[in-house]
Amino acid sequence: MRSDNRKARSYREFLYILPFIILVAIFAYFPLYGWIYAFHDYRPPFPITRETFVGLKWFSHIISNPVRTADVLRVLRNTFAMSGISLFFSWFPMIFAVFLNEIRCRPYQKFVQTVTTLPNFISWVLVFSIAFNIFGSSGAVNSVLTDLGVIAKPISFLKSSKHIWFKMWLWLTWKNAGWAAIMYLAAITGIDEQMIEAAKVDGATRMQIIWHITIPSILPTYFVIVMLNLANFLSNGMEQYYVFQNAFNQDYIEVLDLYVYNIATSGTGNYPLSTAISMLKSVVSVILLVGSNAVSKLIRGEGFI
Amino acid sequence: MDRSFGDRLISVITYVIYALFAFVCVYPFYYIFINSISANNLSERGKVIFYPMEIHFKNYVSVANIPGLLDAAKISVLRTVIGTALTVVVAGFLGYMFTRETLWKRKFWYRFVAVTMYFNAGVIPWYLTMKRLGLTNNFWGYILPTIVQPFYIILCKTYCESVPKELQDAAEIDGAGTLTIFFRVMLPVIKPILATIAIFAAVAQWNSFQDTLLLMKDQKLYTLQFVLYQYINQASSLKALISSTSSSTQLAASLAHAATATSIRMTVTIVVVLPVMLVYPFFQRFFTKGIMIGAVKG
Repeated sequence: MRSDNRKARSYREFLYILPFIILVAIFAYFPLYGWIYAFHDYRPPFPITRETFVGLKWFSHIISNPVRTADVLRVLRNTFAMSGISLFFSWFPMIFAVFLNEIRCRPYQKFVQTVTTLPNFISWVLVFSIAFNIFGSSGAVNSVLTDLGVIAKPISFLKSSKHIWFKMWLWLTWKNAGWAAIMYLAAITGIDEQMIEAAKVDGATRMQIIWHITIPSILPTYFVIVMLNLANFLSNGMEQYYVFQNAFNQDYIEVLDLYVYNIATSGTGNYPLSTAISMLKSVVSVILLVGSNAVSKLIRGEGFI
Repeated sequence: MDRSFGDRLISVITYVIYALFAFVCVYPFYYIFINSISANNLSERGKVIFYPMEIHFKNYVSVANIPGLLDAAKISVLRTVIGTALTVVVAGFLGYMFTRETLWKRKFWYRFVAVTMYFNAGVIPWYLTMKRLGLTNNFWGYILPTIVQPFYIILCKTYCESVPKELQDAAEIDGAGTLTIFFRVMLPVIKPILATIAIFAAVAQWNSFQDTLLLMKDQKLYTLQFVLYQYINQASSLKALISSTSSSTQLAASLAHAATATSIRMTVTIVVVLPVMLVYPFFQRFFTKGIMIGAVKG
């Protein structure tokens, strides 16, 4: 009798969560079915049939069509460059936090933390709007430089492909560094105060304390960030690059996520090819995720999944 | 002596560098704001750099009169309010349910939801799914896919696990059912985590851009973010818009007050950024908890 009750309740409780399970099934799992479009000559609005099935045509198209191959290689180069620069400078938020923590004047520290975190909460469209207004032809930078006589004509910062990878990293850092630093600041608060006091008694300088105590204490946090960076190496997202792209920088700004969108929406729109490429990307991404998680387990004793 | 000099030097350098960082983060907002309230013929030529000149607020009036902008604001507000409310309640509820040991196949369903953080089908399959469901050119296309958020659910689950079990047991002895326990006992207790989630979900909804880009062709469903993007990128359409509005309402406006592409762009930017700025002071205290959203272990 009691166990019957228990069972009834256990099913009833499942019924409560069922609507949300269905939402997950529809919006997260069902789209995976769309991968079959990669194996068809699909042209909306015509439905896919047995006749449209083309097997691996679109996958081999990537390798066999020289124009397409060059395109994909170019996009991969951009993706690797952007992710590579991010990975190379991934220590920046950590150092930012370490020295911010060194500021003894609390209100000033709080102020810096507050204003450097703000950009994290605005959208890429707004970042782009700021870039446009500050670096545009009549923006603050150009008008100050012209007034000072440094330049004769406005520089087109945005309508140019120069240093675009580095510029994209700068914007990404402008938006995220303050926010990323918070995690390190939290880790720094966790450091044992006695250790630092003992070092001071032994005559350690501030740089020595930073180098021998602070940084080693937050390295595990940094390690997780690097592993997450590696896991997301191919996934830069498309929003930042979409809003910043134009005819001048297209060749250097187009990353994988943006390319997948662009080939599906430009011209007649190649849905199957777009799907095929994003499938390949997903497979590699899962391998990277599992791989970096395994590395994390090996070194830290626990993974992040 | 030598040591204290070195330490002091580090201090000075640190203060200066962080002042620069702070400036770089604040000035853009300040610059756009002072330009939006300065004489438009000056702002268009980039003459307003340090402080507002010939202050006026006509730009905010002309922006309010742009056809479609008010609709976009309405859509942005609606999706933020409805989307956030649903996301938060569902995160709290599922977080709680996944701690109920009586739930049928609890572990399986938890993993079923949590694992969706780590994959997605890609834009085209997602778009085709949304189209098939009739969620393109449909307001609910903004809401339904965002309701169940694994990140937030995991956070709530962890929080619920930290609440003493006795609280639920006591309610159960008093005859409370699963739902009563959630609404009467747990919901008040987990409020702090729900507040954190609400802030982050609201900012995400307000800032969302990609879903409009992918799903919405109907101009009535454009959000503020999307409209702003169009204003920046399609200067020609903005000029046409200005000439159409200025011919009717701003014929008498002086050069300093007549809307220009620059003035509209800057004013709309301020309008879009303002809600985030206004809630920003309140969600500072959720920062440390919020960063966990990005770094939880499933």
